Amino acid sequence: MFLEMVQSLPQVLIDGLTLGAVYAVVALGYTMVYGILQLINFAHGEIFMSGAFIGTALFILIMGMSWASAIPQIIVLILVLVVTACITGVLGMGIERVAYRPLRSAPRLIPLITAIGISFVLQDVVRFIAELSYGNYIVTGPSMFRDQITFKASSISSVFNDASFKTSFLIVLVIAVILMLSLDYFVNKTKWGTAMRAVALDRDTAALMSINVNKVISITFFIGSALGGATGVLFAVQYGTIDPFIGFILGMKAFIAAVLGGIGNIRGAMFGGLLLGVLEMFASSNLSLLTGGVFGAEYKDVFAFSILILVLIFKPEGLLGKPVAEKV
Amino acid sequence: MRLKKSFSLLSAGLLSMGILAACSSDSSGTSSSGGSNGSGATEDTKVIKIAGQLPLSGGVSVTGESLRLGAQLKLDEEIEKFKELGYTLQFETYDDQSDPKKGVSNANIIGADESILAIVGHYNSGVAIPSSEVYDKYNLAMLTPGATATDVTDRGLKTVNRIVGRDDAQGPAAAKYAIETLGAKKIFIIQDKTAFGTGVAEAFKGAAEQLGAEILAFEGITVGEKDFNGVINQVLSKKPDLIYFGGLYSEAGIILKQAREKGITIPFMGADALDSSGLVDIAGDAVVNTFITSVAGSTASSESGLKFVEKYESTYNKKVEAFSVYGYDTMGVILNAVEQAIEENDGGLPTREQVAEKIRATKDYQGALANVTFDEKGDNVNAKIYLFKFDEPVYPGVLEGEVSF
Repeated sequence: MFLEMVQSLPQVLIDGLTLGAVYAVVALGYTMVYGILQLINFAHGEIFMSGAFIGTALFILIMGMSWASAIPQIIVLILVLVVTACITGVLGMGIERVAYRPLRSAPRLIPLITAIGISFVLQDVVRFIAELSYGNYIVTGPSMFRDQITFKASSISSVFNDASFKTSFLIVLVIAVILMLSLDYFVNKTKWGTAMRAVALDRDTAALMSINVNKVISITFFIGSALGGATGVLFAVQYGTIDPFIGFILGMKAFIAAVLGGIGNIRGAMFGGLLLGVLEMFASSNLSLLTGGVFGAEYKDVFAFSILILVLIFKPEGLLGKPVAEKV
Repeated sequence: MRLKKSFSLLSAGLLSMGILAACSSDSSGTSSSGGSNGSGATEDTKVIKIAGQLPLSGGVSVTGESLRLGAQLKLDEEIEKFKELGYTLQFETYDDQSDPKKGVSNANIIGADESILAIVGHYNSGVAIPSSEVYDKYNLAMLTPGATATDVTDRGLKTVNRIVGRDDAQGPAAAKYAIETLGAKKIFIIQDKTAFGTGVAEAFKGAAEQLGAEILAFEGITVGEKDFNGVINQVLSKKPDLIYFGGLYSEAGIILKQAREKGITIPFMGADALDSSGLVDIAGDAVVNTFITSVAGSTASSESGLKFVEKYESTYNKKVEAFSVYGYDTMGVILNAVEQAIEENDGGLPTREQVAEKIRATKDYQGALANVTFDEKGDNVNAKIYLFKFDEPVYPGVLEGEVSF
């Protein structure tokens, strides 16, 4: 039993990291908004989903043009990523302007409710558009980066089986890491990043120091939503098939990843996302082995979340959070 | 402030106008049906309505719409015949949205309309079961073209009938084919934990074990997820020679795609919920070497079926779906029964009970595809399970064989 688990470990790690990278980048959006506004933007999962749809639509559009075959796929991907990120970023700013800013002085429960409302609206708007233009709301994009790469784990040590992955795995992982690193740099090293941290620390004092709080919050939403939308594109490239309801489960998990890593902490969100992805993949591959067939792969979420609950009981501020943390 | 007030006034005005509009459209609806009744009285014809309760919106709307068009086609063919008998035929469709609550509330409206004599529907078993309880109160006959759950007819209601096969026949039919024809010995089962998916997978498991196959695993997945690599890794390590999947085409397509990407080329099998062009859309090339059992047969297998396809496509300018022909045949069985009931009444308008009795008593009705004879529970004894194979990413697959039960 143990041997079998070790054998499949390389493959599990690769699949888990892909899923985890998606969780991690989506978790960044939750964590940034929470860090600044102490608001949980439950519409973030739907921004991710909108990004996946916009990206797929762009792919279908570009692939349909004759000149598209002449340019390398990776350029197309980067182009689509940038355009989608801009659109979802503006979408995020719009949501903030409409649903959260008028309620900024309201009790914290109220914007939570509008966030949930916005997420339902987005789901159905996307569903409506998809059904109108495609006839069905489950959409499959063009397949890209399908080449298989075999990772010869058996040559490292004979206990491992070989693992294989698609080129898209590398692309998702590399782009996710680039996104995360550049965000980290932006928040910690630039003027606007400093302003964001100042607003997170104390909004009123920051305003007195001639920081335009509304602008900072808008930029936070723009960046968070742009990241979410870009991840949606990566998700569509990796998994191919999307529907308007992917944002809900994934958004939940990313939110939990953010809490696990310490909400408000950007590095924590990255770490929490990757950890959750690997845990989930490990559970769905090995749970029936571990329990002798009593619990199957369908209990993977229970397994992953039980561990999370344990972590939060013993370290409620999250794995990388400090009890009184500097936010964002 | 002033702006706000005028805005609220405006919205209140719009709202009340909307309500008025809704009322007026409602009343115009009744007045038009009253008008047709009135005109009917002058021409001395009575209206017979057949209701359709089908999912016209939502996830399976493609199937629902194709059933509606199929039924409408048959009704249009029969209109002249009924005119000679002195009746005006009408087909009234209601959208059940694949939602049991909506289905039941529609059922109450249908039950209250005295001129409705029978119902074409439902497609979803989950909607058919609660709605049929309402129809039974009104002695209103229901004939389903697609609800396959065993419970639909097993409750023994006199008014409930179906013309396609049952879920508990699909699993064994698939198991027989997998083991005897494909030679599978070690089978990996995946199911989606829904009533349909688990039911079909368990029926398959039982039959496969009886036939001597080894079941390596009975794993579950969650509907709506997009990453099934965990389960696929288990398939990789257990090395089965067949995967059976109990669930819907959206998950099946993704599992297929992800499994083929990992180099798993063994046959993949599933039940009738995979019988949709959506499966091919999602899986693409990965659909090769996939087998599905379906309660819907191929219209290409018979002359009357081909004729139906030609007529359907020329009338609606649309491709037929797997279930279109069952909409047509369902309507056929109903109208046939209504006609007999009229004859028995010496030309008088039959009651709902008479129509229900006549439908249940249907013997050897030959439709465009289905041959219909009902047993005492309302199941079609001539229903078959069909097996399709995909050799290339084109829907529908190739008809491999059929199993009667």
